[in-house]
Amino acid sequence: MAVCIAVIAKENYPLYIRSTPTENELKFHYMVHTSLDVVDEKISAMGKALVDQRELYLGLLYPTEDYKVYGYVTNSKVKFVMVVDSSNTALRDNEIRSMFRKLHNSYTDVMCNPFYNPGDRIQSRWALLPVSASSPGGPYFLCPIQSRWALLPVSVSSPGGPYFLCPIQSRWALLLCPIQSRAFDNMVTSMMIQVC
Amino acid sequence: MADTVLFEFLHTEMVAELWAHDPDPGPGVSAGSRGEEVGATTGQKMSLSVLESMGFRVGQALGERLPRETLAFREELDVLKFLCKDLWVAVFQKQMDSLRTNHQGTYVLQDNSFPLLLPMASGLQYLEEAPKFLAFTCGLLRGALCTLGIESVVTASVAALPVCKFQVLIPKS
Repeated sequence: MAVCIAVIAKENYPLYIRSTPTENELKFHYMVHTSLDVVDEKISAMGKALVDQRELYLGLLYPTEDYKVYGYVTNSKVKFVMVVDSSNTALRDNEIRSMFRKLHNSYTDVMCNPFYNPGDRIQSRWALLPVSASSPGGPYFLCPIQSRWALLPVSVSSPGGPYFLCPIQSRWALLLCPIQSRAFDNMVTSMMIQVC
Repeated sequence: MADTVLFEFLHTEMVAELWAHDPDPGPGVSAGSRGEEVGATTGQKMSLSVLESMGFRVGQALGERLPRETLAFREELDVLKFLCKDLWVAVFQKQMDSLRTNHQGTYVLQDNSFPLLLPMASGLQYLEEAPKFLAFTCGLLRGALCTLGIESVVTASVAALPVCKFQVLIPKS
């Protein structure tokens, strides 16, 4: 299960970065930042290779004891970095590749959005939603958490318990206030399951 | 079937619409015939740059969407070849006819039957009107180059319709 996904512009500043809010986000931001060096190294190594077909998918960048970091670079030098929980051994290379492909397609759609200025931070509610809902191994938290509908089915159906996407402003989430307590979370989640 | 002409019609209307506002005097114009002429030319330049920036944004999106699946660009020439082949085929259903370079950052792309100029005339008629129909395409090229990491200046010139040349200048840094 991916715990953090980041889209980095070619000038190496983040366009979009989201991680599961239950843990320390800063740690993931730092991991993504350090992985940029590895990405650059891989790109320059590929540049020297004489092979005509060079892959967009960079593969595993580096493993730590809890997490593995995967990278992907597009033709416009926009980098996608994904941090995955190591404990999920069922996640195979193909699945990571397909997740990156979906991410690439979503990013291309964002680029084609006339209201998006290239180079700005990605704030679209719907950007990257397909990636979060349809990725294997559970939900990934990619949407800015102001969408009413985003991740509602995801939060209900995720394995290992619900994830709290506070503040959820959805009418249908039966919440009256931003989620702050776990007990409240559990109660709300069971209500949500009943609704859906 | 009708797909190829859809863009041509849209483009013609875009140019016509942006040019329709041309008679308005530009900013800072004073009374008098000389002032009105100046206003008209600044209005024209604004329309050209509006068209060019529209093309730029479209080019940025196309530059993201078209190159796929493989990191194929090892150097500038590869990017220009991509423009001449894939981009031109995607937009105009034909390839660019010739690409010349002096290997020092100047590329001349020549199209012997540019689809946006083809229905207008063949020869020297309408030569003065031709540049405004090329502004969008200049922006398109510049936008695609920008997404692929190359800052450039693109200009177009027409010697005789429908042959046109796009000159891409990439400053050495």
